[in-house]
Amino acid sequence: MDRLEGLAKLTGRERYVDDLPLDGFLWGATVRSPAPRGRITDVRLDPAVDWSQFTIVDYRDLPGPNVVALIENDQPVLAAGYVRHVHEPVLLLAHPDRHALRRAVAAVTLMVAPEPAALDFRVPPGAPEIQYGTDNVLKHLAITKGDVDRALAAAPIVVEGTYETGAQEHVYLETQGMIAQMEGDVLVLRGSMQCPYYVLKALQHALGRDERRLRVVQTPTGGGFGGKEEYPSTIALHAGLLALKSGKPVKIVYDRGEDMAATTKRHPSLVRHRTGVDTDGRLLAQDIEVIMDGGAYVTLSPVVLSRGIIHAAGPYACDHVRIDGRAMFTNAVPFGAFRGFGAPQTHFANERHMDRIAARLGLDPAELRRRNLLRDGQSTATGQVIGDGTDRVALLERALTLADYEARRAEHARFNAASAVTRRGIGVATFHHGAGFTGSGEVMLASRLHVAGLPDGRVEVRSANVEMGQGTLTVFTTLAAERLGLEASDVRIAEADTTRVPNSGPTVASRTAMVVGRLVELACDALRARVGLDPKAMGDAVRSAIRRWHERHPGEELIGEAMYERPPGIAWDDATYRGDAYATFGWGACVAEVEVDLRTYETRVTDFVAVQEVGHVLHDGLARGQVQGGVAQAIGWALLEECRWQDGAMANAQLANYIIPTSDDLPPIRVAFVENPYPLGAQGAKGLGELPMDGPAPAIVNAVAAATGADPCTIPLTPERLMELAP
Amino acid sequence: MKISFTLNGVPTSLEVEPSERLLDTLRYHLALTGTKEGCGEGECGACTVYLDGLPVNSCLVPIYQVRGSTVETVESLDPAGLRPLLGSGATQCGACTPGVAMTACWIRDHPELLATHTIRELLAGNLCRCTGYDGIVDGIRATLEAGA
Repeated sequence: MDRLEGLAKLTGRERYVDDLPLDGFLWGATVRSPAPRGRITDVRLDPAVDWSQFTIVDYRDLPGPNVVALIENDQPVLAAGYVRHVHEPVLLLAHPDRHALRRAVAAVTLMVAPEPAALDFRVPPGAPEIQYGTDNVLKHLAITKGDVDRALAAAPIVVEGTYETGAQEHVYLETQGMIAQMEGDVLVLRGSMQCPYYVLKALQHALGRDERRLRVVQTPTGGGFGGKEEYPSTIALHAGLLALKSGKPVKIVYDRGEDMAATTKRHPSLVRHRTGVDTDGRLLAQDIEVIMDGGAYVTLSPVVLSRGIIHAAGPYACDHVRIDGRAMFTNAVPFGAFRGFGAPQTHFANERHMDRIAARLGLDPAELRRRNLLRDGQSTATGQVIGDGTDRVALLERALTLADYEARRAEHARFNAASAVTRRGIGVATFHHGAGFTGSGEVMLASRLHVAGLPDGRVEVRSANVEMGQGTLTVFTTLAAERLGLEASDVRIAEADTTRVPNSGPTVASRTAMVVGRLVELACDALRARVGLDPKAMGDAVRSAIRRWHERHPGEELIGEAMYERPPGIAWDDATYRGDAYATFGWGACVAEVEVDLRTYETRVTDFVAVQEVGHVLHDGLARGQVQGGVAQAIGWALLEECRWQDGAMANAQLANYIIPTSDDLPPIRVAFVENPYPLGAQGAKGLGELPMDGPAPAIVNAVAAATGADPCTIPLTPERLMELAP
Repeated sequence: MKISFTLNGVPTSLEVEPSERLLDTLRYHLALTGTKEGCGEGECGACTVYLDGLPVNSCLVPIYQVRGSTVETVESLDPAGLRPLLGSGATQCGACTPGVAMTACWIRDHPELLATHTIRELLAGNLCRCTGYDGIVDGIRATLEAGA
């Protein structure tokens, strides 16, 4: 089946938030802090502007608590006299003319009495920079398995390393946007988002309105990658406040510069490894410290840190592991959810470290991984015993075979000996990604989903999980159709509208196909049971039973409901960070080939092989697209995408100098799947969306190390950085 | 200022600020919202239209420059010709897609370019963050084969 909404997208008929017809509306804009930290001493409005034509909102206009509700309620909707990061929203303006509005934003001067700002998360803060607790630590988490100190002391070889990763901007091609308008007594928000119920919760809290007077509707969303997980709550509150005060519809659409400068990014990280190995390369002890830059508010940093540390020891067997993680408060724009959610950072460190261990031992990096990859019956750092029947060594062998690893290594050695200005190399990474929410997360979400039988015999899937490019509409349609023996045209997917769909949880964490897709199947079963059919009834029997039910119950709703249930045999202890961190993991192995120009120090990825085990593949084309897109995003993170900071602000907040890969920067990305159905996922599927982001960066940097003899440990590995390291 | 040009084959005239971007005129005055804004500085290609037959970034074209010219937008493309792109996975989130479709059709209609350029080179003015470009490149190849 082709992507359901694909032709509408190709022909430009798909309507995103800024494409919706809207009459008599005001454009909304945000006046932001010019300083990373300080007290706002004055807000000066240029007297040359006729301010009576503008709707102006500040923190005093909030009907409820001045807080964007999330994990900790610490982030103000609008700064109340004090700013903690550059670009923090202070004032909102609205006006019918967008150009007049832009001029007005520039005509507001915020005077800030500066205070000492914490701008480097790697450096312990001095007393004047401390702004959170006693040490600026937003969250501290630790994992302990075995006795690391003793195992390290006894290890014949100890390898140490420090690894750093930079911030990454999502660059969803559709920028953030939201429309707020009153419909009767109901404040309606329509916009680009991943999590309608997060937005609803934030509106309820800060606007002091109950959910009967609020409605949140997701519009077709032009990419998210995590960037539209938590941030849309803020922009929805801003548009909502302006609409409430002006009495008119208000549309806020960020331009690219504002979107890049003021919204969340991937957390920068610093990871230290100290690893004990025996002379055969077996891991004896892993001592790992993870530090992430959280930015100026807590947002999602605790859970990003959590996923980061849980993945930090990699897909390897080791009896003695200690992982200590901290997310630091800094006066940076808050960092947030981004595809992989902390795991790409820690995987980068660990996979680069594995190659440095291999170099120390004189072992082939692939062989070091073969010897240490988890076998069924062995356990992860949290003590989760893996027993899914997936042969992780075979997965690696498949990638090596597809990449022709041995032959290419030999070929590179000959080439490099003969070439004066070009070096070639090949690199490997093996990795894993927990599917769905961490620990008890899925249980606490208590997701609910409906499949309704319609009077004409068709069915409608009602979920809060959205299409943002990854294929939700197509996958849910297929799942419902196949479960009930219907045609795809018999299945409708309801708009993600909080007044019509139950809360099936956020569209994040690679959970939609696996976890929510399973709810689609169970809700189909519940619907079938409600109309009195036996569990094997399919097709016409289902259609006609639904029609007959409606004839007997005119005007009533026919709903099959499913609720998430904890998978049997899964146990997690949040207090000790021990147990089954995820219901299941996806597994990956990738091989990258690079060519480095020693005159310019530019690195080009010349071949890329990605092999993954993600349970049953629901749709080959969509799955392949997820992997290729994730790899491309990871190649950008590894080599090109550098956020340059100046006094806490992103200095290159534009696509002219924040460089993401073009078609001409990338090789064809070769994808292969190994299928091992996961019994509790929809049709045997596991999560897929994030796994492809985890492996490419270390594989590429390992390839650059192999090519050049340099020892790079920081990404993005720009030409400037590589030039400084080159031997 | 009154601006007259031919839009998708139809003579069009409207009163508009001469410095307005063609992109905004199309989207906000003429309700042709298929053309998207991705960056506003000519880097991403989401706003690609044909100006007198050549693909341009409509965010960089002031409307006074199109007086007497022909402009074609994504709305002018024949949907049947886009089917190969659908099958190859050329679109995911869709925000870059109208621009990609314009470039794809331009390559299809000018296959002589492939004597001196690769598809990947010709597509490098259209940023896509979802697909990694393989689905697009494969789709353009399929489009060329369908057209041949």
